[in-house]
Amino acid sequence: MGERKTLGPRIATWIPYAWLIIFFLAPFLIVFKISLSEPTLAVPPYAPVFESLADIWVKIGALSFANYTWLAEDALYIKAYGSSLWIAFVSTILAFLIGYPIAYGMARAPRGLRPILLMMVILPFWTSFLIRVYAWIGILKPEGLLNQFLFFVGVIDQPLTIINTNIAVYIGIVYSYLPFMVLPLYASLERMDETLLEAAADLGSTPLKTFWQVTFPLSLPGVFAGALLVFIPAVGEFVIPDLLGGSETLMIGRTLWNEFFFNRDWPVASAVAIVLLALLVVPIVIFQNAQARMRETR
Amino acid sequence: MMRRFTAFNLVSIVLGFAFLYLPIVLLVIYSFNASRLVTVWGGFSTKWYASLLENEAILDAAWVTLRVGLVSATIATVLGTMGAVALVRRGRFFGRTLFTGMIMAPLVMPEVITGLSLLLLFVAVDFDRGFWTVTIAHISFSMCFVAVVVQSRLVTFDRSLEEAALDLGATPLRAFVQVTLPNIFPAVAAGWMLAFTLSLDDLVIASFTTGPGATTLPMKIYSQVRLGVTPEINAVCTILVALVTLGVLTATIATKARAFSPQAEAR
Repeated sequence: MGERKTLGPRIATWIPYAWLIIFFLAPFLIVFKISLSEPTLAVPPYAPVFESLADIWVKIGALSFANYTWLAEDALYIKAYGSSLWIAFVSTILAFLIGYPIAYGMARAPRGLRPILLMMVILPFWTSFLIRVYAWIGILKPEGLLNQFLFFVGVIDQPLTIINTNIAVYIGIVYSYLPFMVLPLYASLERMDETLLEAAADLGSTPLKTFWQVTFPLSLPGVFAGALLVFIPAVGEFVIPDLLGGSETLMIGRTLWNEFFFNRDWPVASAVAIVLLALLVVPIVIFQNAQARMRETR
Repeated sequence: MMRRFTAFNLVSIVLGFAFLYLPIVLLVIYSFNASRLVTVWGGFSTKWYASLLENEAILDAAWVTLRVGLVSATIATVLGTMGAVALVRRGRFFGRTLFTGMIMAPLVMPEVITGLSLLLLFVAVDFDRGFWTVTIAHISFSMCFVAVVVQSRLVTFDRSLEEAALDLGATPLRAFVQVTLPNIFPAVAAGWMLAFTLSLDDLVIASFTTGPGATTLPMKIYSQVRLGVTPEINAVCTILVALVTLGVLTATIATKARAFSPQAEAR
């Protein structure tokens, strides 16, 4: 059966397509343009780079890369990018280490129980991100619930300083993004062919060996999907470092926010965004290809 | 049977869910704390809920958030469903790769980038910022989530049913509305719910794209949280958590019930 060439599907394509071009693609081009303009004190706080579409190409030669050289020369930005990537990387590893046993347990739970467990993993994802981060403030503060508890059990006699440190940021990211790690892991573990495990056991493999040689390699697509779903948004995270992190917590999302809202330097904020996007392009493309492959094999 | 549910599995699930749920449970408990000191238990009280009802700023913000959520989720569901149909039903078309990319990228795009870029667009075209700019921004990222949710349902839908309707003389639109849409409805409803909660939840994108008079609830909560943890904020959060939980549970039960009925009819 060939494709029916009718108007309907075309409209169904072009309306969302046009919307995304106007409200997703075009804004990036504008960010790119503004990142190449000189800051002024006017409102909006940037010198207009182009007045009409025709001007865009004429003026490209005369654009200034000052904002980018500014980023490259100021150690603060480079440090912020580096530390964002590092914090996101460590958080992704931690989320994997915590998420894998959960997903593994869920996949082995009695069949009737699995939809309920799945629902329970998804539910926190629906509740507000901001609220979930906020909840940790009350737990981690010096006089907070964690310290009260540890004090009560007698593990500590001095309150631990966790809030406003990078440790709090790790906890916040792992906590907030854990469902994103567990769901793809569970999906790949749950549909695994059991006969493979039986075959391995029949051939004399120990359960541990079977896990490392059969189960884990087969769950790798889930591991990659989960890792990317945690890593990419975590790099640009703003709320968590802002509410849980301290003054020494450098993350680029926070830098961008401050450039924009406090320094009101839109061109530099735009340049920060473009560089961040450039850093994330590779993981985003890998994520998209993986998604496309998963759809084809389904 | 190889898949034994071991003690290790049980422990990891229990600890994992404790980690996921304990912070929210504590937050809910302490919203009923009589003491203003958030971490000292001073007896049970609902006074923070009462004082919320007198807090005009919070009520206004809640109203704005609700309107943005309803409008943006509805439009995002229409656009996202169209997008899903395009992805599943149209084989190759001009710019398909770009289209797929634009649907997938917002799922992982850092919010600061989306927020900043949309704001600069609104400034560039000199669009007054306020309710509509926040709404448009929310539509733009949540429609992609809707598209993904609906798409996953649409690929499993038996297309021959729709083709039968077309062969029997139904117009494509009618075939879609009367045959396809009822079948993919659970996914469309789930997509709407997702879009609505994403909108309800969003702080960063709303902060960038908002204007005078359009302060959303997350923005209000954020500005108060920066000043410190208060029982009043705990109460707002508890109400939000309760509403969302209720909504998700109802939607799950409703779609479960619905999911079985079309198949039953088909047989």
